[in-house]
Amino acid sequence: MEFFLQLLVNGISLGFLYALSALGFVMIFKSSSVLNFAHGELLAIGAFLFLVLSAWAKLPIVLAFALTLVGSFALGFIVERLFLRPLIGEALIEVIMLTVGLAAMFKGLLLFVFGGDIHDYPEFLPEGLSLQLGTIQVPSVYVAALIIGIVFLILFGFFFKYSSQGIYMRSVADNQPAALSLGVHVRRVFALSWAIAALVCAMSGIVLGIINGVNVHNLSGIGLKVFPVVILGGLDSIGGAILGGIIIGLLETFTGGYISTSLREIIPYIVLVFILMVRPYGLFGLVEIERV
Amino acid sequence: MENNIRLLINNISVVYSDVIQVLKGVSLTIKKGQIVSLLGSNGAGKTTTLKAISGLLKSENGKVTEGSIEYDGEPVQNSSPEEITRKGIIQVLEGRQEFKYLTVEENLRVGTATRWGKPFKKDLEMVYHYFPALLARKKNLAGYCSGGELQMLVMGRGLMAQPRLLLLDEPSLGLAPLLVKEIFQIIRRVNQELGTTLMLVEQNANMALQIAHYGYVMENGKIVMESDAEDLRENPDVKEFYLGTAASGALKSYKDVKSYKRRKRWL
Ligand SMILES: Nc1ncnc2c1ncn2[C@@H]1O[C@H](COP(=O)(O)OP(=O)(O)OP(=O)(O)O)[C@@H](O)[C@H]1O
Ligand SMILES: [Mg+2]
Repeated sequence: MEFFLQLLVNGISLGFLYALSALGFVMIFKSSSVLNFAHGELLAIGAFLFLVLSAWAKLPIVLAFALTLVGSFALGFIVERLFLRPLIGEALIEVIMLTVGLAAMFKGLLLFVFGGDIHDYPEFLPEGLSLQLGTIQVPSVYVAALIIGIVFLILFGFFFKYSSQGIYMRSVADNQPAALSLGVHVRRVFALSWAIAALVCAMSGIVLGIINGVNVHNLSGIGLKVFPVVILGGLDSIGGAILGGIIIGLLETFTGGYISTSLREIIPYIVLVFILMVRPYGLFGLVEIERV
Repeated sequence: MENNIRLLINNISVVYSDVIQVLKGVSLTIKKGQIVSLLGSNGAGKTTTLKAISGLLKSENGKVTEGSIEYDGEPVQNSSPEEITRKGIIQVLEGRQEFKYLTVEENLRVGTATRWGKPFKKDLEMVYHYFPALLARKKNLAGYCSGGELQMLVMGRGLMAQPRLLLLDEPSLGLAPLLVKEIFQIIRRVNQELGTTLMLVEQNANMALQIAHYGYVMENGKIVMESDAEDLRENPDVKEFYLGTAASGALKSYKDVKSYKRRKRWL
């Protein structure tokens, strides 16, 4: 029972990290129909940016964290402006190939600068953050994952639901010609969705870096898990991405805990294939509103 | 003279995809504070004319290749929709293009995109004042609204932008006669009370000419007739082809009904 609860808590924390980064992926897809194959690299870039600022430049942790968020936001913006914008209106396959190319380029650059070794952040999470729940002990990094996941998902929830900019973003995803006719700056919405995606990727990248160590292959591989997560949740559903993230997180820890650690890494992809066979639009994809 | 003109279209040609010429030398004038109606049958080029004004041609690979469009004396042809909407020209698209997964009130709020960050409470009140039906449904998803509510929604959404020139593309399409009457009354009130200049594209010539000050008739990408709305209403050709009241009216209106039905299924 104790083991079960331990796995449950770990799985949910991990799930929130997947959910957070999947939010970025879904947002880009919803607003501009682009499947971003460079998702894992965005995760890795965020994690390494934080490594540089915290371990190398030795900035205070809070400052390093804040600067990483600002930096990744800017990076997302720049990537859209520089690489994606010239391809607006081109065939989808070209845009997808571009993101594949970006992924290879980012990965190459990271390997060139940081090599393939595992780097470590300085110890900075206070011990007091860890939780004693009855007989189980939740390590501080999992508590941090939960806090970051929940806080930012709520923040983004409010942003999309109530702020004007969030409503403009949803309008573009919903009906782009109509949004254009009302003067919504559609290209700015694309850029903003890339910026937010890079930001949420950086956040989950940092926490995953604390858990597993900071390694290019490792982090970009975790980024690939966004596919099972969003296929499970439905490509166009933000709520689905969150649930999908938690489900995949739980599946992984339970498989690793009860069955085998080697199966753990592939279980998300087994689910992916299965879901594609039975429900290609995901479990929680948007219900199409049809007028009769 | 010059300064009571809101929009001056001077001999424009519009070409899609570099080869398909749709407008062939269209000229028209819209005076400040007026309702100007543009009539014509399917495929005449009415929507294309509106898109040339609002800049939305661009996203359909269309272009104004000749002539000029002056808005308050300033050339705007081939500007981007982002710029044109910010100058105060808003086009309400044909076929009620609501945001399905946004609530009614969220739909209205998208209308503030041209003046992001400015207060909009008063404008919401104004829209609910003209379209009380929307108030009751403000928390509902637009995707579940009726056709009449949607027409009010997209018009209200356009008004949220505080337009100085509002372009309406076939607001009466597919609505029951009573609702059409109500919609046209509201258009007239908006024009009289808010002073908004309007361009009204319609196939329902009868209703349009009752509220318009001036009218143009378009065929095959050209203006074939123009005059005060009253004169157009009395014109025998207009009567025959657009009002369906001449001797051969039964046949003409049957044709209208057919094409109208076909369109409704596409939407
Ligand atoms: N994007 C486009 N590319 C090529 N041709 C187009 C395009 N849009 C419209 N056309 C053509 O231009 C002509 C005029 O179309 P337009 O939509 O302006 O007509 P309309 O007067 O608004 O007709 P309706 O009453 O059916 O709405 C039609 O022959 C149409 O096929
Ligand atoms: Mg039309």
